[in-house]
Amino acid sequence: MAGTAEAGAARRKGKAEKAPSMTRDELIKAYRDMLLIRRFEEKAGQLYGMGLIGGFCHLYIGQEAVVVGMQSVLGQGDQVITSYRDHGHMLATGMEARGVMAELTGRAGGYSKGKGGSMHMFSIEKGFFGGHGIVGAQVSLGAGLAFANWYRGNDRVSLTYFGEGASNQGQVFETFNMAALLKLPVVFIIENNRYAMGTSQERNTVTGDLTKRGAPWGIPGMQVNGMDVMAVKDAAEIAVGHCRAGKGPYLLEMKTYRYRGHSMSDPAKYRTREEVQEMRQSHDPIEGARASLAELYGVDEAALRPIEDEVKAIVQEAADFSQSSPEPDPSELWTDVLTDA
Amino acid sequence: MTDILMPALSPTMTEGKLAKWLKKEGDEVKAGDVIAEIETDKATMEVEAVDEGVLSKIVVAEGTEGVQVNSVIAVLGGDGAAAAPAPNAEAPPSAPPPSAPPAVAPASVPAAPAAAPVAAEEKDWGPTATMTVREALREAMALEMRRDKDVLLMGEEVGQYQGAYKISQGLLDEFGPKRVLDTPITEHGFTGIAVGAAMAGLKPIVEFMTFNFSMQAIDQIINSAAKTLYMSGGQVKCPITFRGPNGAASRVAAQHSQCYASWYAHCPGLKVLAPWSAADAKGLLRAAIRDPNPVIFLENEVVYGQSFECPTSEDFVLPIGKAKVERPGSDVTIVAFSICVGYAMQAAEALAAQGISAEVINLRTIRPLDIETIAASVRKTNRLVSVEEGWPYAGIGSEIAAVLMEHCFDWLDAPMARVHGTDVPMPYAANLEKLALPTVAQVVEAAKRVTYR
Repeated sequence: MAGTAEAGAARRKGKAEKAPSMTRDELIKAYRDMLLIRRFEEKAGQLYGMGLIGGFCHLYIGQEAVVVGMQSVLGQGDQVITSYRDHGHMLATGMEARGVMAELTGRAGGYSKGKGGSMHMFSIEKGFFGGHGIVGAQVSLGAGLAFANWYRGNDRVSLTYFGEGASNQGQVFETFNMAALLKLPVVFIIENNRYAMGTSQERNTVTGDLTKRGAPWGIPGMQVNGMDVMAVKDAAEIAVGHCRAGKGPYLLEMKTYRYRGHSMSDPAKYRTREEVQEMRQSHDPIEGARASLAELYGVDEAALRPIEDEVKAIVQEAADFSQSSPEPDPSELWTDVLTDA
Repeated sequence: MTDILMPALSPTMTEGKLAKWLKKEGDEVKAGDVIAEIETDKATMEVEAVDEGVLSKIVVAEGTEGVQVNSVIAVLGGDGAAAAPAPNAEAPPSAPPPSAPPAVAPASVPAAPAAAPVAAEEKDWGPTATMTVREALREAMALEMRRDKDVLLMGEEVGQYQGAYKISQGLLDEFGPKRVLDTPITEHGFTGIAVGAAMAGLKPIVEFMTFNFSMQAIDQIINSAAKTLYMSGGQVKCPITFRGPNGAASRVAAQHSQCYASWYAHCPGLKVLAPWSAADAKGLLRAAIRDPNPVIFLENEVVYGQSFECPTSEDFVLPIGKAKVERPGSDVTIVAFSICVGYAMQAAEALAAQGISAEVINLRTIRPLDIETIAASVRKTNRLVSVEEGWPYAGIGSEIAAVLMEHCFDWLDAPMARVHGTDVPMPYAANLEKLALPTVAQVVEAAKRVTYR
């Protein structure tokens, strides 16, 4: 594993030689943002069990550090796009929990007025371009967002997330080729949570090191401990800086893990309970941030309690709103098929 | 003065008995009034007036048997300028539209035939020049790229090669390699990139070397471009044009000879255009590029080199969703798009020599379909032939047949006929290829079939 990950581990042991990657306030914010995603997803799981959320619902629990660390280096006008495991990305870009949850329940107050659901939500204002249900499709779309930046000659960057399963899709390679050719400002972020649905990486590719996936096109790659939000931030700075400087695309492989199933209807036969337990107990990104806060900045449990209360209140309010918001008006069936503007 | 003809009230009727007149000479008649009862071999039917005026003369007395279909049974006198044109009179192309053309309510079928509406004439765009379809397409792109810096062209060989079919010739020199972008031969990837760029506000024109290759990218066209506006509750727009030659070229066999009109027209969230003439090509492509929605623009390689008169006005643009009556007629309507409009025009000429007046409708837009223009024509001619190069199964002709049932059932005097490509993959052998494509002779034969000639 690359230096950033080791640095992250070392930091947690208090042996970091350089200054911590995040200030006290930055780390507290990261902790808060990760906790919000965790609690939000837990609530979504509950609402799914109650029959209030239908269809597919892919939870992000366990992977929070990836999106929160990456987002910490973005600015106004940067773009984010991802797959169907997207609730965490929405919350990280600053989209409101209530609007996301109401979309999950298919209500008028949802970000897509209830017409998109879990996998299809967008906020142009926050730079979030979905939420895409077709595995790998968002990779070329994300390069297209970067294409627009390149075309306009601005210094904005597109963060394009996909899973290690999607990294085998043909259009991903086509996109790597064109992104390298045109030097598009896109960070390809492989969220390697080890399982493409139920198929482990070893069973779907002979490539062990996915950072090499960009090598044929000269796209630099870095492997990152995706369970450590500060390590992710370090990598994000390098990758986003590379793009902003006009040097073309960058690839990050985030070694991460999802605690829950692929979707809500996952038989969990493809991995052991012990494996999941070990990740939760020894590598949890939120527990890691909590430990770093204590070790680096002396922030104790009591100091974090108001954050936990705030997150709890936001999630509860979102859950309430997602049930009180009305279903979309039947007239909405016919709107937004085409636009006049 | 308008002749009222003995109507054919079933597809097999050639003559009938004029059982009873319900109006007498001197009576005022409004369109839709029942004026007579006619007995056919199957039933007694009511005859409704198509026009309004005064019943000036009854030619065939009631009780007369063996009255031939299409013979004059009465004469309707018009009260001066208010007289509606006779349904069978061939309206000259310059005929002014009625002051208030009856609107066609798409979801309801009126109970009685109304006076045949005349399709609104096209705006006069002033002087024209002769140009090929190829030149018209190029000019449309150049004009729009000059007009809007967010418009760009990307595709295989559009730049240095000057276009596989020379549509983009010269554009690289004027606009540079960023706006006339040569892509690798990776349709899925570059289409996804173009769709993403459109979501970020650019207005890409994606050239498929032929539409056959768009199948590689069809997921991005349908699942990303066409659906995202809806899935985002109206937030994310995708102003993009997918264009290129569609349908059969010549001797390139099955994988390179296929019509995609039906494929793309099936999908909500897309607009589908299919130009025939140079004016269509220029006016519709400009409209497509300006449209804020994803537009499929189906060209045809065989007509690229054909010349037509085309308006030279800088402002010339055509409306999406409007068909054009290319040739007015009264006996049968022929609906076609793209190259098949040419076949329909030739067929109309041949039919005229045989005394059959055919009205040719150039659809121009496949989705949304201009039902109003089709229905108005069929209410006048009562017969319809569709022509397309694609396969018949779930084809555009099938859709038009459904539209006829929904909007013109009571006006039809014969079952519709479809002329289409043969329901097989395109063969290579010259003789077999010929057999697989629609012909002018087939259109003539179909028109005669539906007019019982």
